[in-house]
Amino acid sequence: MSLYYVQKLIYELNRDPLTRQRFDDDKESVLAEYDLSEEELTAIRQPDIGLLYVLGVNGQILMHYAALWKMPWDDYIQAMKDGLEEHGPVRAGLYARTGGGAV
Amino acid sequence: MTLVFAGACSHAPGITGRADRADPTQRKNLLNNLERMRQEIKDSGAEALVIVAAEHFANFFMNNMPAYCVGMADYYEGPIEDEEWLAIKKTRIPGNPDLSERLIKTILNDVDVAYAQEWKFDHGISVPLNFLTPDYDLDIIPVNINCQGPPLTPLNRAYEFGRALRKACDAVPEKIAIVGTGGISHWPCTPDSGKINEEFDREFLDHFLANDKAGMLSFSDEETYERGGQGGFEIRTFVAIAGACEGAKGDLWCYEPIPIYAVGCTVASMEVL
Ligand SMILES: [Fe+2]
Repeated sequence: MSLYYVQKLIYELNRDPLTRQRFDDDKESVLAEYDLSEEELTAIRQPDIGLLYVLGVNGQILMHYAALWKMPWDDYIQAMKDGLEEHGPVRAGLYARTGGGAV
Repeated sequence: MTLVFAGACSHAPGITGRADRADPTQRKNLLNNLERMRQEIKDSGAEALVIVAAEHFANFFMNNMPAYCVGMADYYEGPIEDEEWLAIKKTRIPGNPDLSERLIKTILNDVDVAYAQEWKFDHGISVPLNFLTPDYDLDIIPVNINCQGPPLTPLNRAYEFGRALRKACDAVPEKIAIVGTGGISHWPCTPDSGKINEEFDREFLDHFLANDKAGMLSFSDEETYERGGQGGFEIRTFVAIAGACEGAKGDLWCYEPIPIYAVGCTVASMEVL
């Protein structure tokens, strides 16, 4: 698990237009700079918002990331619900403590 | 005494980004009271607005997370969010590094506060400013309390930080307004988004408005998380405002639980004694 680096990368993408540009131009070279597992790489590449939520990415970071991909609000909330359905409860981080925040 | 206004308000991104999806009556009440706050800050003659925020990983991250930080830049940038998503245009917000430095120097006598000469705002600051200084014509001094990435500063320290901030405001000749912005109960950015615990909110607000320090500090993080969600950790910003106005009472202008905004939308002032 390298949740810290998943969040670090998304944090950089969210806030820094230059990192975002590099990511758009050559995704793999940016991904190579972070210590990420195969599952994490897949989740970021897609992006799979539901899986990222289950992996434990802080919702505030993930919400900005979904916005960056211009994901409509209702789709974004639904993606997290689908993620829980598909991958089970949140595995790490702040939301793991209450079984993943499922309604 | 150079603190001229103190208040607190919500900052949920839905307030701007999903503006029209709320009940119109509730939205109107919220907007009217944000407008009232804008007017009162203006009428107070404030020369700078200190905004005590709980930012959300726009600027601070777990590589180097300060419990408290004060901005000391010429200007700030924000919001980092997609402009259409938040419905706020990206802009430069004026700062006042000289004033910041004097405030920070005084605060450092009581709290080991960090400072930042570079700072990008997210909705946590940009949403309040969108209503309180829509023309970005007032110097902003951003202050952050880490409310997102535990371990978090304890509530008693947030109160002490507020007291230190007050001393600092009173030590400068400029007229200063302070506004705290945070929770109360909410489960933002989770599948539970939209859940609001009004009972918890009213209980906390009662303590806040009475400036009942012991009452406010009685909420453990476990209880807050259980009853108020992870967004509830942002009560630290309210606690700091209470600390800055120790001995004074608050006045609740607006409390509207609006699920699509994912929070009980609050606007309140606190008397400056
Ligand atoms: Fe927040």
